[in-house]
Amino acid sequence: MIETYDLSKQFNNDFWAVDGVTLNIQPGKILALLGQNGAGKTTTVRMLTALLRPTRGWARVAGYDVTQNPQEIRANVGVLTEQHGLYMRMTGEEYLEFFGKVYGLDPNARKTRSDYLLQYFGLVEAAQRRCGEYSKGMKQKLALARALMHDPSVLLLDEPTSAMDPESSRLVRDEIARLRSSQRTIIICTHNLAEAEALADSIAIIYRGKILLNGTLDELKRVVLGPVEYEAQFARDFDAGELDLPQGVTLASRSPSSLRFRVEAPQTVNPMLVNELTARNAPLVSFQEVPRRLEQVYLKTMAEAQGVAYAA
Amino acid sequence: MQRNSSTIWMVAQREFIDQFRDWRIVVPMFVLVTLFPFIADDTTRQAVNFMNRFGGSIILDHLIPFVVLVIGFFPLSFTLVVALESFVGEKERGTIEPLLSSPIDDRHMYLGKLLVGITTPLVFSYVSIGIYLILVSHRNVAFPSAYMLTLIFLLTFAHAVLMVSSAIVISVQATTIRAANLLASFVVVPVAFLLQGETVLIFWGNEDVLWFAIVGVTLLATLLVRLGLAHFRREYLLGREIDTINVKWIGRTFRDRFKGQATSVREWYRIELPITLRQLRQPLMIVFGLAVIAGIASYMWVVTNVPSYIELTPDRIDQFKTFIADNLANLDSLGERLPAPVLFYHNARTTVAFLLLGLVSFGTLGLTLFIGNIALVGGVLGAAHLVGYSPLLAFIAGILPHGIFELSAIFLATAAMLKVGAQLVTPQPDKSLGETLLLSLADWFRIFVGIVLPFLAIAAVIEIYLTPLLIKLAFPYL
Repeated sequence: MIETYDLSKQFNNDFWAVDGVTLNIQPGKILALLGQNGAGKTTTVRMLTALLRPTRGWARVAGYDVTQNPQEIRANVGVLTEQHGLYMRMTGEEYLEFFGKVYGLDPNARKTRSDYLLQYFGLVEAAQRRCGEYSKGMKQKLALARALMHDPSVLLLDEPTSAMDPESSRLVRDEIARLRSSQRTIIICTHNLAEAEALADSIAIIYRGKILLNGTLDELKRVVLGPVEYEAQFARDFDAGELDLPQGVTLASRSPSSLRFRVEAPQTVNPMLVNELTARNAPLVSFQEVPRRLEQVYLKTMAEAQGVAYAA
Repeated sequence: MQRNSSTIWMVAQREFIDQFRDWRIVVPMFVLVTLFPFIADDTTRQAVNFMNRFGGSIILDHLIPFVVLVIGFFPLSFTLVVALESFVGEKERGTIEPLLSSPIDDRHMYLGKLLVGITTPLVFSYVSIGIYLILVSHRNVAFPSAYMLTLIFLLTFAHAVLMVSSAIVISVQATTIRAANLLASFVVVPVAFLLQGETVLIFWGNEDVLWFAIVGVTLLATLLVRLGLAHFRREYLLGREIDTINVKWIGRTFRDRFKGQATSVREWYRIELPITLRQLRQPLMIVFGLAVIAGIASYMWVVTNVPSYIELTPDRIDQFKTFIADNLANLDSLGERLPAPVLFYHNARTTVAFLLLGLVSFGTLGLTLFIGNIALVGGVLGAAHLVGYSPLLAFIAGILPHGIFELSAIFLATAAMLKVGAQLVTPQPDKSLGETLLLSLADWFRIFVGIVLPFLAIAAVIEIYLTPLLIKLAFPYL
């Protein structure tokens, strides 16, 4: 579990890299932390791994306070850092063996765990080669294997699939999903919005050290983009005329072959809306939710934060 | 304990693997380490031939120990790169963060790096020395005694610890390898000077004096290790990306500490200065204790030992008295030859010199200089006793009047300097090394400006205008 309250970090007595971050991530949940470069994601993660001391506020990770129990936190957290941080003259196997020792695993556990991770990430054949000879994606996979070596209860992953091919990315996403189902608490810092959308239970958008938004994807969409929109597609041009719309529905846009509605409570209202259209003999082909992506939420939030116009 | 040492070894082992798999480090090291003894051997042969022609046996007898010392130093200087990049290198390569995110304790991480930093140069130094000794054993020259060789091996070890511990402090504080390499001169050059001093001791011929060098260098190295451990913080390794000198912050931090909460000079003297003075209680007691021991020991040594070096016959004593009387003849006009401001400037400069020496040695060299000064006073009083003057009267008339102010000022300045050194080697939570240094210096300047300078000014006036009169009164026959 990760809990923070008013977590803040000031550098050089004048610059607040992180300012008042409050988060609560339960076991078995994934939070995606989104933000521009320099927004404060890495600083937040570094505070959560007890590498940086908060200037203000507090944080508890895996049940330990970041300022009181830094060693316990480091022992219970797996970190994938921004840079892979591999020792280029060590082989992949030696590298995992070293970090296994660092995390206090006994020789048998080290061997078992290292074999499993190398096998899972498809690095068995490269295990005896020096890390310097690895491709970017292999380096990233080995770094992730290092973060998982001690089977931590909390994972802080910075761009876990960067530089990976689609198959490897899928492999990593599957592993992250598996870890979630085994009650791990996970934070992913990423610029890959599709990945965040696919994996995260909740999403936080950070800008200049402050959390602008924090919630589930649906909550964020509702807050930023407004009520859900549904589109009725017609087989041919259809003049609906004046519609008798149920309460909580507004007409968002219309074209000869489609109508778009903004709906507050789709569960109750949509059947009424479909009835209204069929009652008017509308040649209805489909009636479905207009897909709204996290990218729209993110870009609109950023545009508002920077005071610039958002081009949908 | 076992877990501690195994963690340190684990960190060290990884470093060893990293180093010895890099041919760009290994090959030059092996070439230099094996080549240099041969060059030194050939130079020794030529030097021996040259000196045999001109009969320089004194130099010849000590030539081999000198060369051994230099050969030991040579690998230390070029393998220093291992220690220099121990932390900053990992930072630059991006490997430090996974390591810092791990549960390895700060102390173990630091000592692991230190172990590698010391072992590598030492092994190369001893191998180099070994090759040279094998080569030189076949030459017709005086081979150094086992005792001398032991001393040089110990001294090389002390040099290694000193240089590596300094290099690791640099590595932690520097933000780039380039900066660390530039700062390496501040390690290599002073140790090269130290080596010259030790060479003088070797050629002087008194082997036992080398123990002072071994103890001194070891003490300094230990303090440096302590400094490194005290100021090693994961946060600083990651928190600072670029070195920027924030002059405003430096000025503000220094001024705030120096001024404290005071709003007027009167308030500063009444409230702020006593706070700093209270903090000086412990170092002041140490300084005072050392001064008493040094003064008495020096007095006793002169009184006990000088007669065995110089036969003090009545004629000889008369000669000394005449000499003293001649020197003190024009005491009345002392102010014309040595104006009080000049004396004040000289004494103020001396206290600053104590500070500067203390800064580069965590107080030890400054304290040594202070002890030397006090020992001088004890020695002069001992000499006064030997020629028949009352040392007590000499002290009361010749030292005490201005000494009340001058000695108090020097005691306080030395205690403040000692505190600066102690603070540097003491862990200061939430403070960087620079901030600790800045705050300690501000405390020192509080004492210097608030007490030392006014006291030295008063002492200079008394010493020039009052002390000569009192000496005349106490010793009218002079």
